[in-house]
Amino acid sequence: MCLGIPGQIRSISDYERKLALVEVSGVNREINIACIMPEDGDADSLIDTWTLVHVGFAMSRIDEKEAALTLELLTELGEVQAEIDAMRAAESAMEQAT
Amino acid sequence: MKYADEFRDPVKARGVLAQIEEAIDEIGATADAPVYIMEVCGGHTHAIFRYGLDKLVPEGLEFIHGPGCPVCVLPMARVDECVELAERSDVIFTTFGDAMRVPGTRKSLLQAKADGADVRMVYSPLDALEIARRNPNKEVVFFALGFETTTPSSALCIQQASQEDLSNFSVFCNHITVPPPIKALLDDPHMKLDGFVGPGHVSMVIGIEPYQFIARDYGKPIVVAGFEPLDLLQSVLMVLEQIRSGRAEVENQYSRVVPDDGNPVSIAACENVYEPREKFEWRGLGEIDHSGLKIREEYKRFDAESKFRIGYGKASRIVPEPEGCSCSDVMTGKIKPPQCAQFGKGCTPEMPLGALMVSTEGACAAYYHYGGARPELEPAQ
Repeated sequence: MCLGIPGQIRSISDYERKLALVEVSGVNREINIACIMPEDGDADSLIDTWTLVHVGFAMSRIDEKEAALTLELLTELGEVQAEIDAMRAAESAMEQAT
Repeated sequence: MKYADEFRDPVKARGVLAQIEEAIDEIGATADAPVYIMEVCGGHTHAIFRYGLDKLVPEGLEFIHGPGCPVCVLPMARVDECVELAERSDVIFTTFGDAMRVPGTRKSLLQAKADGADVRMVYSPLDALEIARRNPNKEVVFFALGFETTTPSSALCIQQASQEDLSNFSVFCNHITVPPPIKALLDDPHMKLDGFVGPGHVSMVIGIEPYQFIARDYGKPIVVAGFEPLDLLQSVLMVLEQIRSGRAEVENQYSRVVPDDGNPVSIAACENVYEPREKFEWRGLGEIDHSGLKIREEYKRFDAESKFRIGYGKASRIVPEPEGCSCSDVMTGKIKPPQCAQFGKGCTPEMPLGALMVSTEGACAAYYHYGGARPELEPAQ
């Protein structure tokens, strides 16, 4: 939970709610970018940026080298698979009928 | 230096280890009178065990595993309340995977789900919001737990729910904060602590200023650290260098991710939505002043505690730890995990009895996976 996972911002999916499509280890997931928005409010300038994602929120902008290093570390700790599994489980949790 | 080859930069790792050894010698620390350094964060605990750092450093240095694993410090009473909420027929209960496995008095959330309750594992509170939008005839409760790193996410979701007037969404807030338990541990006369390795991603949010009291009031060094094994070794060295030169300061080893002032948007969202509770209960540590957060009056309609009349302080009952479980002794450093009678027997990561065995960030789970219960890691070629 506290480690987060690096992802690369691919596109902005909702300007009003500050949501972006981010690729995390080959999986696309919508995340919130409110905490890393540039001061001028130009969300598009974040496209291609690497970010550290914590429970669906981009919390920090990082460079590509840091992203690669962190992914390697998280793979060794078994955390990458855990994050991907959680994202997949969440997809079915959202679709589940009551 | 049996495992130093494992590092991404073994040459650098060897260099730092040699400097650590030198500093320990100069301080005069020995196996009988070691320097005690607490790594506060559960992510650091996991990394220390995974890379065998506790075995790599000299004997005169001992790591004390801190309270920084959110599910590990969750009192059983909170789990019971989650189960109670989840079993209501009008509720969809959402939370992170780890929280689902923490044992309650009657059952865990996972068992409640198996028994028919609508419990859903989400990756993010954003998913809980979406479930609320899609199920307007149900009450969707998000069980929010974790330290400052995850607090902004639930705060921003509550603000979003407020904007959308999503009245069937609420948060069962059990967020906790890092500085108060550090203060409680420093105030405990039985704890021997010479310095701290600070949680990097907490500081990514709150910055390094909230730790000033550790240096100023208690004269102990703290170094905010990254999660790479080399980051951890460098941070340990920075703590030792402070001790060696008689300094006590807050230093930032992880400046590539942690700005000294933290993340202003996150801080503003948390202050807008949450306020500190007078005190809060921690598993193994008891009640700690100002260590938990509650939802402000302004957002009361998204507060599961007021909506369902549950939560800390609502019931006077005290829920004891499960029979034979020594989590509280491990939490306070009185015993090491294998000294618990249930370790690896009645309590395993597959069937946890105590919370410290649930998460990979828990000291017991880390010990079980890497601390001698399994063969030692092979050095890389």
